[in-house]
Amino acid sequence: MPRLTINGREIEVPPGTNLIEAARRAGIEIPHYCYHPGLSIAGQCRLCMVDIDKAPRPTIACNTPAADGMVVWTETDRVRATRQSIMEFHLINHPLDCPVCDQAGECWLQIYYMQHGLYEPRMVDDKVHKPKAVPLGPHVMLDAERCILCSRCVRFCDEITGTGELGIFHRGDHSEIGLFPGRELDNRYSGNVVDICPVGALTDRDFRFQVRVWYLDTATSVCPGCARGCNIEVHVNRRRPHHAEGRRVARLKPRYNAEVNRWWICDEGRYGYGFVDAPDRLLTPLRRQGAEQVPIGWDEAIAAVAAALREPAGGAAVIASPRMANEDLMAVRRLAEAAGIRQVGFRVPPARPGDEDDLLLRADRNPNTAGAELIGLDGDVGAILADARAGRLRVLWVFGHDLLDSAWPEADVRRALEAVPTLIYTGTNAGATSARAGLVLPAAAWVEREGTFTNFEGRVQRFRAALEPLGEALPEWEIVGRVLQALGAPVAATRAEHWFRELAAAVPAFAGLTYRALGDAGRMVAARAAGPGGGGA
Amino acid sequence: MTGERLLTRNFDRPDSHTLAAYRQAGGYTAWEKAQAMEPAAIVEEVKISNLRGLGGAGFPTGTKWSFIPRDHTGPVYLVINADEGEPGTFKDRYLLERDPHALIEGMLITARAIRSATAFVYIRGEYVEPWRRFTAAVREAYQAGYLGRGLEVVVHRGAGAYICGEETGLLSSLEGKKGWPKIKPPFPAVKGAFGQPTIVNNVETICHVPHIINRGGAWFAGLGTKTQGGTRIYSVSGRVRRPGIYEAPVSITLRQLIYDLAGGVTGNGRLKAVVPGGSSAAILRADEIDVTMDVDGLRQAGSMAGSAGVIVMDETVSIPEALMVVARFYAHESCGQCTPCREATGWIYKIVTRIVEGRGRKEDLDTILDAARRGAGTTICAFFDGAVGPYLSYIEKFRDEFEALIPR
Repeated sequence: MPRLTINGREIEVPPGTNLIEAARRAGIEIPHYCYHPGLSIAGQCRLCMVDIDKAPRPTIACNTPAADGMVVWTETDRVRATRQSIMEFHLINHPLDCPVCDQAGECWLQIYYMQHGLYEPRMVDDKVHKPKAVPLGPHVMLDAERCILCSRCVRFCDEITGTGELGIFHRGDHSEIGLFPGRELDNRYSGNVVDICPVGALTDRDFRFQVRVWYLDTATSVCPGCARGCNIEVHVNRRRPHHAEGRRVARLKPRYNAEVNRWWICDEGRYGYGFVDAPDRLLTPLRRQGAEQVPIGWDEAIAAVAAALREPAGGAAVIASPRMANEDLMAVRRLAEAAGIRQVGFRVPPARPGDEDDLLLRADRNPNTAGAELIGLDGDVGAILADARAGRLRVLWVFGHDLLDSAWPEADVRRALEAVPTLIYTGTNAGATSARAGLVLPAAAWVEREGTFTNFEGRVQRFRAALEPLGEALPEWEIVGRVLQALGAPVAATRAEHWFRELAAAVPAFAGLTYRALGDAGRMVAARAAGPGGGGA
Repeated sequence: MTGERLLTRNFDRPDSHTLAAYRQAGGYTAWEKAQAMEPAAIVEEVKISNLRGLGGAGFPTGTKWSFIPRDHTGPVYLVINADEGEPGTFKDRYLLERDPHALIEGMLITARAIRSATAFVYIRGEYVEPWRRFTAAVREAYQAGYLGRGLEVVVHRGAGAYICGEETGLLSSLEGKKGWPKIKPPFPAVKGAFGQPTIVNNVETICHVPHIINRGGAWFAGLGTKTQGGTRIYSVSGRVRRPGIYEAPVSITLRQLIYDLAGGVTGNGRLKAVVPGGSSAAILRADEIDVTMDVDGLRQAGSMAGSAGVIVMDETVSIPEALMVVARFYAHESCGQCTPCREATGWIYKIVTRIVEGRGRKEDLDTILDAARRGAGTTICAFFDGAVGPYLSYIEKFRDEFEALIPR
């Protein structure tokens, strides 16, 4: 392993590590634009210059592998002067329209100008004008004047998605990013180009003009869009509720996890959070009175559920959801044990089967199929519905699924639901199934609570609360916990973490795992006896 | 005074571009000889000759050839840079038109030296007649059995970008990509065209190789200076009585070239300045022309031999206007890949234009000098350094002329 010295600090790095990464390991930031660890080396922005002993002039760090005995300096007068010059060159033709630019506040031109620029502007001539507000595809808007031509977006489409929609056209200071003729930036990962754009050239059509980034709060989370469990950040707007027409979730951003998604997420996941602030959110418990579902209080709702489950005659069944967290599913397992519910399942074939690709997206669009399997809730949902149709079920508690929008014939499902005297629905949003329920218990969305998902590889990952639950919604573990309490089964859990402890104690695959141990990158469950769970739950 | 002509010896014959004429003049005898030589011996002979690249950089040719990794087992490519685009330079055009077989023979020998079975010739798109003549010669060489028996030649036409004459920009273009220079390392000799070791040489450089093989490296070295052998072709243009190409030993002085070969200065007859090596070379004042035209001689004079394009300006030429023309060229031709060059070439052109139009500010000249100096040496390729040559030298040597245009 090469051992080198950076600013007097000795450090050993794996062979092939470039000087930007080597310096990062030593706690030293080398400013850069075009370099991205997930993409090839372009060497175009020229900002990452460092001094290397015996080299006649500053050298770009991105294209220089660390070598044994190398002596590197990142803050010499010469390096600082070079950086300042490069910043001036970058900004010569930049429109300096920060007040109307969505990137303001998280723009690396702003950040590096303050850190490494701070020169007196000398440009007094007309700037080069280029196309502005050009839609490149469904999600991405281009302002070519703000572009610094780092080519990250071009390399992303060439190297990561292999779709090659983008190129740099023309020459000199008229160079501009653009689409090849007849193309559109519509690959399934297109939103990532906005993340990797270091400036305001590529903005997100969904996010732009919604809210200033400095009003956003952030929570680390996991995408619930498929079984991959891409690590994300949830950016929410709580401080300026009058902006963005009441939309609380402003955007989702990928969060680096070497083992799961690296730097990327797919567009389906990125833009899949609309249900959180949708008008059809279930806000209060509801109870059917004739044709109407009328709001009731939680106490009344819980008591009604408990009373139904306490009835001795006839069967009860639960259809849990692979969209629920491990903690919720553990609570469901306890409920089944306490109330003697023998039929618990979670697999409902989706109406529209998901497709997958070899980058991130999994056919199984549920975030926690593996967790539901491990917790032992993998009963036959088809059999539950058959029992219902046969009049053998008195209580059916459905979590999350809209059974009337599944691969099963709608008429069969409807007959099953109609034959159950007490249909309880717990979920975040109203749908055809919830509309038929006698009791509706509103659940908090994943961004409104904390918990864990187990991805298809068996990685258990935490997601944190970014928001308060909307209305009176509660996390499923709490709803189930209250029912358990009402049934006379004492529940000590007052936080999701308590349920996770119980899970770790009860299910061998989770043994030894704690929230603390999971950290931000997650941990694998103990080796699983069976192979990975199949898709389409 | 010019001594023996090597490169242009056949130019006076009307049929000089044909195989028959080339053979009559002793053509392809060097190739006969080289076929009996070990590749290493050819490289050694070229090293002894002190042949230096004549496209602009002046790098020792034999040394360049020896950079091919010895343990490489895949293909090695020879690429001929015939994208002659340096303003003031038009020698390769003549070589392609009037003696194309000299290039083919040089390529055969060079390919043997570097163990290459495929050579690409990248010809500037605007060079229609040179391309016709050269492709006709290639056909003749195939028919005669010189080509196609160990060496295949692919002729590729450029599409009109100066940057495609930069060796790695040329390789990108040859590979079918935008003609952007590549970051180094890796250098082309290690990883060049299509990812394989590649030697890129200028037309004129390779045309010298048959002479070196026929008459020996020592003989060739003896024609020049201590550090550069042989002759080269000077393209002389501007305010001279007889503009054109002149072959002369590299030890000739700029004064001899202008006054003895090109017939002296026109315009008002009084020399003001000379660009000695293509537009990227620093300008020389009239009192700086007693300099030898070899790579090191001009380097010592603070300029460069470059492509040996000599542009002569008499006293009636406005240096600020000349710089505006040059600056427009570099702004137009900058490929735009890396930031300092992309932004500074356009910026400097705008400032120079404003000065020439009488709207200059007193700080403008220092801004240009500062931007040029700060950008120098920070880019992927030598393009911007080439632009810095005129930016700095025109202003530093003729500052009064610029200041006279700036309103007080």
